[in-house]
Amino acid sequence: MENEERSRGDARVITVSSGKGGVGKTTATANLGISLASLGKRVVVIDADIGLRNLDIIMGLENRIVYDLVDVVEGRSKLRQAMIKHKKFDDLFLIPAAQTRDKMAISPEDMVRVTDELREDFDYILIDSPAGIERGFRNALEPADEVLIVTNPEVSAVRDADRIVGLIEAAEKGPGKLIINRLKTELVRKGEMLSSDDVYDILGLAIIGIIPEDEMVLSASNSGIPVTLNMNSQAGMAFGNVARRIMGEDVPFMNLDGNPGILRRFLRLFDGR
Amino acid sequence: MPEELIAIKGINDGLLISLSTTEKWQSVTDELAKRIDDKRAFYSGAAIVVELGARPVPKYELSSLKALLERRGLSLSLVRSDSDTTRQSARSLNLTTSENGLPAEPARRHAETNPVNPEETGTRGVIFRRTLRSGRTIHSEGHVVVFGDVNPGAKVIAAGDVVVWGKLRGTVHAGALGDESAVVCALDMNPNQLRIASYIVTSPPGKRRKILPEVASIRDNQIVVEARD
Repeated sequence: MENEERSRGDARVITVSSGKGGVGKTTATANLGISLASLGKRVVVIDADIGLRNLDIIMGLENRIVYDLVDVVEGRSKLRQAMIKHKKFDDLFLIPAAQTRDKMAISPEDMVRVTDELREDFDYILIDSPAGIERGFRNALEPADEVLIVTNPEVSAVRDADRIVGLIEAAEKGPGKLIINRLKTELVRKGEMLSSDDVYDILGLAIIGIIPEDEMVLSASNSGIPVTLNMNSQAGMAFGNVARRIMGEDVPFMNLDGNPGILRRFLRLFDGR
Repeated sequence: MPEELIAIKGINDGLLISLSTTEKWQSVTDELAKRIDDKRAFYSGAAIVVELGARPVPKYELSSLKALLERRGLSLSLVRSDSDTTRQSARSLNLTTSENGLPAEPARRHAETNPVNPEETGTRGVIFRRTLRSGRTIHSEGHVVVFGDVNPGAKVIAAGDVVVWGKLRGTVHAGALGDESAVVCALDMNPNQLRIASYIVTSPPGKRRKILPEVASIRDNQIVVEARD
């Protein structure tokens, strides 16, 4: 991760994926998009989950949709027409997914074309990948410069994340970086939930964020005001930290499991080992 | 024995199947189907490279070969051939093709049908210098060395021994063609399932185990796992 200011025409395309559904990809994408925008970056978030669109709801933009990604790809609208400006940030845009079609409506090449057109005018392009390892995931992966893998500290989510990482490596998109979402400190302490150390032990990926379980996420998602805008939320702060790490800042991890050994380990990862 | 109809051997990331260039196509493919069906567990999921030599194979024959493999859960990843006709057929079926110029070892091609003898010099093996993640399957007619972890959901199937210089947490099958003297070694032995020849065990459930290098082998008709120090 480099720290220098990116010049025009050099947006970073970051795909957020997970394999398993329901681990918080869309929530993570929305919150990272908003965090990056609040840090002064020009950001587009793209919902690649054609047929099951959600990102617009979490970002509170559902009622503004006129055109969507499939309209752009099939030539019914210009890219600019499908980009919905966020209510609060002038430099944050959403390109929504179509709700009436499926993943086959677009191809990986379409995604590359769309992102290439956007690269010039933005700093970050975040792509919310659908769950699964099929076409939808391929669409989201193809244009990626890097990949963030969201997982929960549970065996099935970690297994699917591992599978995804294998596919990402095979596509030569690097191993990716890991966001561990919904960590319940209390359960980890009692030994009932995988710790971030356990997750690292299996996946062996650099961890770019650990997001604690936080009830505020749910109400925030339902109200369309992502939690990262809430200064009182631990999860919101953690997403903000991830955004700053994406920008290359060296942000220490919040001490969530009260275990200094884990903390040191992550810091070492970010020193480039 | 007349000329071998087919020869099968493990290569880096799957299996190389060489088909006779002179025998009748029908008998060659029948034999292939039979060989695969005899050892389903061994072949399952493998990526296949087919070597067709100089034989010109029309599209319909190649397509039926592809179907034959796919019905058995194998994928045809590459067609090697010296014939333009064959390569043309392959291309029209969207198959990757290459000319035979690869360093095949013709002298050894017949050895694969013999049982693997681990003591014998010349037994083939493959080494993987990376962690095998969930969904990855490795096949070898020789030994397999993984310099990394075998994660849950990954699978290693070898006719010979399997050595994991890392954590073994996936599924592993040593002696997959029936060799009961095959062994599995790992620095941290905690496989989801471990098979040697026709024996199967799972790791005992339990919390923290002591992590130390262990070897699994067959003794008195069962798989035993013990530390080596």
